[in-house]
Amino acid sequence: MILRNEKPAIQKPAIHDDPQRLAGDATASEPASAALAALRERMASGAEHPETAPLSIHDMTVAYHRKPVLWDVDFDAPEGKLTAIIGPNGAGKSTLLKAALDLIPSASGRVTIYGQPYRKQRRLVAYVPQRESVDWDFPVSALDVVAMGRYGMIGWLRPVTRRHRAAARAALEHVGMADYADRQISQLSGGQQQRVFLARALAQDAQLYLMDEPFAGVDAATERAIVELLRELRSGGKTVLCVHHDLQTAPEYFDHVLLLNMRVVALGPTQETLTPENLRKTYGGRLTLLEQAADALARGVER
Amino acid sequence: MTETNRSITDTSFELPSLEQLLRVLTLADYNTRVVVIGVMLLGLASGLIGSFLLLRKRALLGDALSHATLPGIGLAFIVMSALGGSGKSLPGLLAGAALFGALGVACILLITRYTRLKQDAALGVVLSVFFGLGVAVLGVVQKLPVGSAAGLESFIYGKTASMVFQDAVAIGGAALLLTLVCLLLFKEFTVLCFDDAYAAAQGWPTVWLDTLMMGLVVAVTVIGLQAVGLILMIAMLIIPPAAARFWTRRLPRMIAVAAALGAVSGLLGAGLSALVPRLPAGAVVVLVAGAAFLVSMICGAERGVIVRWLSQWRLSRRVLRQHLLRAIFECAYERQHGGRRAPTPGASRRQAVPFADLLGERSWSPLRLRAAIRSAARDGLVQAAGAPRRLRLTAAGEREAQRVVRNHRLWELYLIQHADIAPSHVDRDADDVEHVLGPTLTAQLEALLAAQHAGPAAPPSPHALGRT
Repeated sequence: MILRNEKPAIQKPAIHDDPQRLAGDATASEPASAALAALRERMASGAEHPETAPLSIHDMTVAYHRKPVLWDVDFDAPEGKLTAIIGPNGAGKSTLLKAALDLIPSASGRVTIYGQPYRKQRRLVAYVPQRESVDWDFPVSALDVVAMGRYGMIGWLRPVTRRHRAAARAALEHVGMADYADRQISQLSGGQQQRVFLARALAQDAQLYLMDEPFAGVDAATERAIVELLRELRSGGKTVLCVHHDLQTAPEYFDHVLLLNMRVVALGPTQETLTPENLRKTYGGRLTLLEQAADALARGVER
Repeated sequence: MTETNRSITDTSFELPSLEQLLRVLTLADYNTRVVVIGVMLLGLASGLIGSFLLLRKRALLGDALSHATLPGIGLAFIVMSALGGSGKSLPGLLAGAALFGALGVACILLITRYTRLKQDAALGVVLSVFFGLGVAVLGVVQKLPVGSAAGLESFIYGKTASMVFQDAVAIGGAALLLTLVCLLLFKEFTVLCFDDAYAAAQGWPTVWLDTLMMGLVVAVTVIGLQAVGLILMIAMLIIPPAAARFWTRRLPRMIAVAAALGAVSGLLGAGLSALVPRLPAGAVVVLVAGAAFLVSMICGAERGVIVRWLSQWRLSRRVLRQHLLRAIFECAYERQHGGRRAPTPGASRRQAVPFADLLGERSWSPLRLRAAIRSAARDGLVQAAGAPRRLRLTAAGEREAQRVVRNHRLWELYLIQHADIAPSHVDRDADDVEHVLGPTLTAQLEALLAAQHAGPAAPPSPHALGRT
């Protein structure tokens, strides 16, 4: 059980991976630090971020028990495009999505959806969690699960009416699972379960889709179906952000890619961003984040 | 029911007379009526909320909750007596129980969240510490001048005999409130139990919903303390829903069955204990529920053991039959054409296949093969042909064999087309999955096959037949 809106007491440590900033913090009277402070203030006010970005993450830091998982992540999801979030294990990819949705507390940072805080814009966001996060032995049918996507529209205390059930059935048909509507979910294969999750997100009729590893462990036919679906969403003007685990297929399936390893390594169109240099920085050559910081500190002291 | 002239050393056991039985069955006695109806309503309410507790995977938390109520009861008694009132005022005692129960659950959740301990360890610690505290407090109460006659121990094991009309009304009221809340918040509780991360992302206040759910559990627990006692209260919450899972796959039905099973256990248990006065009602109710669970586990329509064994057995029988027919068909075929041309009708019927050839087709034991042949012969699909144990297909057998072989070929084709398996490897893989082909998939594959081969009879095998 997570207590929401509870921020653990984290002091931002003095080590940054940017030597300039470090110099600025140390001596407050220098002119460089004043300019830096002004820049930071402008960025905090959001002036650097376009107001209409579907998802805007400003300076987000997330730490579990004082161990940083995400560090100063700052990016805007491009509208109407399919963006992949790529990085090694433990890079904080799932954490990024969960922190953006306020499912886990973040030490600092702001998230806006089309310029407004997430709380006000829930209707516009659909979340597809990882398949393992759910007990598939639960006594519900595929249709029941997809109908959960409509709960937000139904509101408190009211039952699920025929109209919403029909919309759920339509979403199932869209993913090719209409025949399985009344099947209990434990009887579905991995790919079918993933499609049910996607249908649930579709039933919400949202503008922004956040998906956590939708391609993990699905068969080839389902993978093709999911790609088709993503392309349909894109042509409908929706924005999709997927945590993706497979470097091979990323250029084929996605327009933009965010390389993440605790901090944003690179963000941009797939062709330009997936360079060997960027990949080395993401998947780690020999340097870890801490080594880079120690390096920077050493260089700063030298000056 | 008549306890006159019984000494304390009397250990005789009398079976209830018919008259006594009838009195209980018709709920003639006022006391019996109150107790039976009260416990029945308690069973209904606890089955209802227990379903959600089970699905939320908080069953043991409910157990810790009921054990943690004990210090609350004792302390409430002390406080009320100290304030000059009657220490045994029930609402006061139950309020103390509720407070400490909730405190216990809060401790577990805090420990789980802020330390490295997992929930099972936290449960063990909190449950035992609170219960120990409760036993200590009760010991103190015994020493008090007013305390010795308090009878607070009855909360540990339950004492339905002390149930009065107001208690039954309170239980009934709680059951009604619970049913109402569960009906209104059905979809909210469902999404909370199934996928709480998704629910939170959608904007549902999962913390408040969780708190409400646990609050309902606290309410049912403190109300049931008098009837079944705090040790066994968990049984009322968990056994009916667990039994209900064997009867249905749909959530609304599962909850209804759980409530019904809880009610029936309460009814029968209380009735039985009324018949045999020395049996404590709480224990009997739990035993009845346990018996219901056992029956459900074995015979349950949906996931009961018997049903699963039966369907497994039927499937393996069907699979064996299909293997036999296909083996005869292919053997007969290979003997004629080497399996390369489409078969003419009746061709396989004319060929008699020796037993030894069949034995070599697959890795089956002679015993199993003979059993399959006997069963197929009984159904008129094969017949003996000639002295040294040869077999041949009948007309019906040939039709069935062609259908089976055609399905098998379709599946092999599908695997080759879409799964890039070298043709010679196909047979082994195909055998495992073809038997669960549904009509939809078969229809699709038929269309595919029609594009490649013509004719209703089984198309030739894509790989060379014969022993590998």
